[in-house]
Amino acid sequence: MVIERRWKKWVYFYIPLTLFVIGTLFPFYWMFVTAIRPDAELYRSWRAATNTPFWTLQPTLDHFRDLLEKTTFPQWLWNTFFIACVSTVISLFCGLLAGYALARLKFPMAGMLGTSIFVTYLVPPTLLFIPLADIIRSFQLGNTPWALILTYPTFLIPFSTWLLMGYFKTIPKELEECARIDGATRFGAMIRIIFPIAVPGILSAGIFAFTLSWNEFIYALVFLSSPEKKTVPVGVVSELIRGDIYFWGQLMAGALLGSIPVALVYSFFVEYYVTGLTGSVKG
Amino acid sequence: MKKPIAGGSARVEVLAPPRTARRGGAGAWLENERLLAAMLLTPTVLLLGLFIAYPFVMGVWLALSNTSVGNVGEFVGLRNFYKAWNDSIFRTAFWNTTWYTAWATVFKLTLGMWLALLLNRSFRGKRIVRASMLLPFIVPTVLSTFAWRWMFDPTFSVLNWLLYRGGFITTKLPFLSDGAYGMWCAIAVNTWRGMPFFAITLLAGLQTINPDLHEAASLDGANGWHRFWNVTWPLLKPVTLVVVVFSIIQTFSDFQLIYVLTGGGPANSTHLIATYAYQVGVATGLLGEGAAISLFMLPVLFVVVWLQLRYLRRLEA
Repeated sequence: MVIERRWKKWVYFYIPLTLFVIGTLFPFYWMFVTAIRPDAELYRSWRAATNTPFWTLQPTLDHFRDLLEKTTFPQWLWNTFFIACVSTVISLFCGLLAGYALARLKFPMAGMLGTSIFVTYLVPPTLLFIPLADIIRSFQLGNTPWALILTYPTFLIPFSTWLLMGYFKTIPKELEECARIDGATRFGAMIRIIFPIAVPGILSAGIFAFTLSWNEFIYALVFLSSPEKKTVPVGVVSELIRGDIYFWGQLMAGALLGSIPVALVYSFFVEYYVTGLTGSVKG
Repeated sequence: MKKPIAGGSARVEVLAPPRTARRGGAGAWLENERLLAAMLLTPTVLLLGLFIAYPFVMGVWLALSNTSVGNVGEFVGLRNFYKAWNDSIFRTAFWNTTWYTAWATVFKLTLGMWLALLLNRSFRGKRIVRASMLLPFIVPTVLSTFAWRWMFDPTFSVLNWLLYRGGFITTKLPFLSDGAYGMWCAIAVNTWRGMPFFAITLLAGLQTINPDLHEAASLDGANGWHRFWNVTWPLLKPVTLVVVVFSIIQTFSDFQLIYVLTGGGPANSTHLIATYAYQVGVATGLLGEGAAISLFMLPVLFVVVWLQLRYLRRLEA
């Protein structure tokens, strides 16, 4: 009986879960192995009998060194970081204020505004990038970080407004009313009482917004042109491939280094990220 | 004309005797609430208006004109839409987008549900397994897609090596050098990337289900499948629907995955609507035609969003 159960647990639980883990993580392992493998070993026929694709006996950091010294990769990292931080801060600012207004204040057309902010949340960037490129050009913002800092909030604000609005609704109204009886203005109560309570929600929205702007691709691809202005995703795609030649070691080193910051931020705030993720769809 | 009158009435209140000023304060406070709301919403409305509503209107205008880079276009009516519809590459792209969205969503939902059910049990190291499962979703899609592209490499593919060593194949599979294979590869990568999102949101839904319900069902003799179908699934349906809608929108409008994996090739056989719009609108510079192509996404997105809104309304009611 016990043996049968154990057998069942292997078939229905351990084996599928292990397969999921391997399937999910293998590409990252492969990135890593490729990045530390010397070129001579990388390009060996897939049929060769001596081929050992899953590890290497001569690990090397050459690809990383080349990437950091011979390309503008460090500059891309800084650009991405700067753009992600500023657009996250802008979006949180707007999202906090708008979320509070929609959750707490009574004003005409509140419902309609809430709905239209939700609808903009569902507008994909790929629908707008062509006219937006034209607008960016006419505002003289092309090829500057501001092109991205001002456009990223278009997909970050709706989501953070939505998330924070839900969060504000869970905070009891009595708290605010107490503060107001004690003589606080409505604005003062919002800043001093409600926002501090909402810190976990703000953190969730912030982490989620940061990862989204770190990952954004199409706007960065279309709005930026000079190599030293690019973000990591665009830089890796457009600058590390020379002509038709792929330097896979360097590419994978770039992919790895470009993923680490966002993975680090995520690993410190997993719970907040998950709250943001699940909250973003619940509405 | 209306404003001075409103201002006038406000002044009447101010001029009223101090005794009633306190009561009038409630009215003024209500006014304040509106003012505060307007103040708080201004930055959001401005940014969204400037960079979503305005580009949208502009996009419609571009689609109806023959604008190209460095050339202010003139109105041409529906010619761009007509041209796209009769373009065989566009038709392939449209069909690919539908095919890609449909299969990727089915796979993501099935695998995500399975993974959520596995993660809903308690086991050692659960937190770290759950955290690492989300990695494909966190890491920039472009970068992880590069890893996949290298795994699908025509000459050095590790997957071919595995299949060859495992005795499944004797010649290389043409992963990205064949259109049909290419689409399936893209669907696989999209599934790999999006499945964690399904799993984690469904897991959050699963955790709200009262375990007593399962216990009661199993006391009544329901087996695992019956318990899932009659207890879990009905309770999970609302969150599933929302996740599926989100995923459909993102998959249907996907760009970066195909851009990196195949670039639309070989011979334009793996384009999606978005990548083809990019090729025509940005790479070739025909802004009008590109805008028209991307607007073809709108009807589908509209229907999906409309369903979502209707569903949300019904939930609220």
